[in-house]
Amino acid sequence: MQTKVTLENLNVHFGSNHAVKDVSLDFPENSVTAIIGPSGCGKSTVLRSLNRMHDLVPSARVTGRIMLDNTDIYDRAVDPVAVRRRIGMVFQKPNPFPAMSIHDNVVAGYKLTGSLKRSDAEDIVESCLKRVALWDEVKDRLKTSAMDLSGGQQQRLCIARTIAVQPEVILMDEPCSALDPIATLKIEELIEELKEQYTVIIVTHNMQQAARVSDSTAFFYMGELIEFGLTKKIFTTPEKRQTEDYITGRFG
Amino acid sequence: MKRTPSIRLIKNGLMTLLMVAATLAVLAPLGIIFVHILKMGASSISLDFFTQIPKPTGETGGGMANGLAGSTIMIAMSSLIGLPVGILGAVYLTEYGHNRFADAIRFSADVLAGVPSIITGMVAYTLLVVPMKGFSALAGAVALALIMIPIVLRTTEEQLKLVPGTLREASLALGVPLWRTTLQVTLASARTGIITGILLAIARIAGETAPLLFTALGNQFWSRKLTEPMAAIPLQIFNFAIAPYEDWHKLAWAGALVLVVIMFSLSLAARYFGRQKRYS
Repeated sequence: MQTKVTLENLNVHFGSNHAVKDVSLDFPENSVTAIIGPSGCGKSTVLRSLNRMHDLVPSARVTGRIMLDNTDIYDRAVDPVAVRRRIGMVFQKPNPFPAMSIHDNVVAGYKLTGSLKRSDAEDIVESCLKRVALWDEVKDRLKTSAMDLSGGQQQRLCIARTIAVQPEVILMDEPCSALDPIATLKIEELIEELKEQYTVIIVTHNMQQAARVSDSTAFFYMGELIEFGLTKKIFTTPEKRQTEDYITGRFG
Repeated sequence: MKRTPSIRLIKNGLMTLLMVAATLAVLAPLGIIFVHILKMGASSISLDFFTQIPKPTGETGGGMANGLAGSTIMIAMSSLIGLPVGILGAVYLTEYGHNRFADAIRFSADVLAGVPSIITGMVAYTLLVVPMKGFSALAGAVALALIMIPIVLRTTEEQLKLVPGTLREASLALGVPLWRTTLQVTLASARTGIITGILLAIARIAGETAPLLFTALGNQFWSRKLTEPMAAIPLQIFNFAIAPYEDWHKLAWAGALVLVVIMFSLSLAARYFGRQKRYS
């Protein structure tokens, strides 16, 4: 399988806290990679370094290289905005823009950059909402506030908003942790479909979820990558003792 | 069970009474001031008050039209200076300047907000009146702006801090540049709160007298230029109230009433905007 994103000796420091330690990892293209591990193991930190979200945290220092195809996204010449256009992100808590309608939320990426063409808007809204299976639920109230939707619907709206700007990679930071089981199931089905077109990297606390949706799994512990491999293998015959202990629920 | 009121209930009743009394003590002065000003000033409010300038000593009638205009002009000018500085400063503090320098600015703003307004007037006097060799509306506006800046800066900063970080992240993650995110997401979300802060700042400077005493000075006539002394409602109230003429006292009361009504309306407007839908 082709590699889409590569971490080379990635280190992340927050002040004196060494949160991610010398991680090297290849994320395969058009597949779902899950990052699992106990709280505070650095999995979200790794994810957020992939679209340069740490740039806004003054105490954060990222070293090493992150290659997207063949460019180092931390290269001085690379604009973080351009990186974020190629690597989209879905957050833990659904965060639609509260002042925008459902319709405007889908095309927010265009609206906020001032690049929305009126003639395209309807098509983008319809196709993206259909892709996240939200169209039938909201097609009659596209102009109403996105805040009136349920949590699961809001999260699917956020995914629609993310794919609307046509990224290559989609990062998901525990996208179902604020959702009920039925909404979770819908998102998981969606992730399965998304990998046909996108490279999906998902952080999850839920090992069953990792086992269900991912092709590869990376297990992190205390800021270090302990084991990385095909999900099937990680969950059946892990090589490291720590991985096995975590997966079987002995700690974490 | 005993039916007699317990010590606990008596204590509860007493404390409740005490709290009601304290609340009344806070509210009473406002009521007294308003009723008194209304009683003294209402009879002198007429169309003339809003259209005429003060009559010379000895003549009856006249109004404060030049003061109203002067106050409006100087408030507008100081807003022109104070709002951009205050709002941009707040944006820097919350969105860009996460450093020691920002802490220094925050501290300076707090100190500046605590500086007695007469001192502000003296600063504007030294900086503008002395070099320009004359009292002017411009100097008055600068003095008012100096009062306005820390208020606007701090209230805007508080409002921007209320905008959840997840909203900024949502925008940034879509590939929206930081400046556009700040403008279209952060500032837009905090809009109602910022407007409330601006209105309160305007209400505050509208009533300021001391900083205008040796800057705008006041004017019995219309001002033709911004480099001339200019009338302002609070100055006219001050001057008329200490004058020995009964007519002028009446005008001063009328002016006080108009000023109170203006500030009351501004505060109400601020509350109205503050109540508009907030997003969290």
